[in-house]
Amino acid sequence: MNAPPSTRAVIATLLGKDLRVELRTLQSVPAMVLFSTTIYVIFRFGLDRTELAGPLAAGVLLVTILFAALLAINRLFVAEREQGGFEAIRLAPVDGTALFFAKAAALVVYLVALEVVALPVFWLFFLDSGEGLLPLLPVLLLLDVAFAVTGALISPIATNSTARDLIGPLILLPLLVPPMIAASAAGQRVLAAAGPDYDRYGTWLGILGLYDLIFLLIGWAVFDFLLED
Amino acid sequence: MNLSLRVLAVATAVLIGVGFALVFFYVPNEADQGFIQKIFYLHVPLAVIALGGFVLAGIHAIRHLRTGDPVHDARAYVSIHTSVIFGVAVLITGAIWAKASWGRWWVWDEPTLVSFLIVFLLYATYYPLRYAIPDRERQGRYASVFAITAGAFVPLNFMAVRAAESLVHPRTFATADGGLTGKMWLTFLVCFAGMAALWWTLVRFELTAKRTSGQISRLRRALDGTAPAGGVAARIAPGATR
Amino acid sequence: MIALLAETPALPLDEAGEYVAAAYIVFVVLLVIYVGLMAAKLARISRDLEELATLAESKQQAASNEQREKVAS
Repeated sequence: MNAPPSTRAVIATLLGKDLRVELRTLQSVPAMVLFSTTIYVIFRFGLDRTELAGPLAAGVLLVTILFAALLAINRLFVAEREQGGFEAIRLAPVDGTALFFAKAAALVVYLVALEVVALPVFWLFFLDSGEGLLPLLPVLLLLDVAFAVTGALISPIATNSTARDLIGPLILLPLLVPPMIAASAAGQRVLAAAGPDYDRYGTWLGILGLYDLIFLLIGWAVFDFLLED
Repeated sequence: MNLSLRVLAVATAVLIGVGFALVFFYVPNEADQGFIQKIFYLHVPLAVIALGGFVLAGIHAIRHLRTGDPVHDARAYVSIHTSVIFGVAVLITGAIWAKASWGRWWVWDEPTLVSFLIVFLLYATYYPLRYAIPDRERQGRYASVFAITAGAFVPLNFMAVRAAESLVHPRTFATADGGLTGKMWLTFLVCFAGMAALWWTLVRFELTAKRTSGQISRLRRALDGTAPAGGVAARIAPGATR
Repeated sequence: MIALLAETPALPLDEAGEYVAAAYIVFVVLLVIYVGLMAAKLARISRDLEELATLAESKQQAASNEQREKVAS
């Protein structure tokens, strides 16, 4: 072996490894799916509703995905910590930031996999008509990226602390308020009872996109410092 | 600028004193809100300075990561600490203003106040974070990553909350934009300068106290080899022994 | 002094005045609490320094006593 592998190759390798492990052990995604379905049921009784539209629909759906994402984020770097993954990246002649991008990408994959099941179930349980779902997809995708990028940044901090499961959500939730605001604003409009409403649809996507971009940049800039011993 | 702490403290007292005098003796009541509007001269400078302090902490954090010098970590820690305290004052005075204006202690209608609450909640997690990482050096590094992330988050947050507000509902708190007369501007600027001086004085004060405590620890260790009884708070925050 | 009193604005004794006063008082109280805490910290620092100064002096005393004994013997 001569030149060290390119960062893109490293990201691909790390991502592939994580996805293969997930496929084999099925640790995160099935739990997330079960979790969301159960939360739907709890919401059905908590809100005393069998049909949802507008703000309630957006709220239930997005909060459920948020909590499922927290589950995945909590577990994201556990293997790295327990099996020396951090040291390995640090010692290898590769850019440590590759780990950040790989983990964020893995989270996006998990969340999309979750939504492939959670969305139809949501439709089944609560929605009158599915026409709001298509315009909801770009919103959900950008929100997933927001969860992924922020989660991949905060998760190593949480994993390497003593109050592991507490610190992660504690720091993450305030940080995720802006993308949740934008996603809810878009979601409640496209899921409106009277049919999808595209009022300022572009603005919400814009805010989500801006958030994703800024946190990607932040992660890229500071992740290396999280890897140091 | 290396003004001595004494000069700073005096300047702070003078500015705040003059500012409050202007508020109560000089500036006329605002047409719409009447006497209640006077809270504006207290609440808004506190809020702006607090937010500025958070962003400044992010800059200290960047320097800390770049140089590894714990002095910058100390500055970031104290900046956040002081801004959080200012934040408590902002939220309390904001609630009083809301109660006086609309009869309720909290309103979701005012986007700036809501944004500030979110920022405050975020920075309040800074302490549990530091407590949860026993290794001093790693604690400082992670705290700096947090401070940078949170500092970048502040403007994003304000933008998002502002956008979410229905365009129908008017911005009720007249801030520095609309309709301030010359007298109001002067009063506002003096109060703003006073709060800024206060923030700076409190930060310098606390940094000095930390440095002194650190030096005492060094002395004690050199003299009889024991570590001082520092209590819980000594586990977090850099000693800044320089 | 009388002239100053004559200048004071007629504070409305209705609700508005109370709220404004409350806000400014809250600010002052927080400030006083902060100063109080800092004063306590300074007091502790002074105490510690006093202790260390005494410790240093006694060590110095012990060292010079040893010195004297060595010379004497």
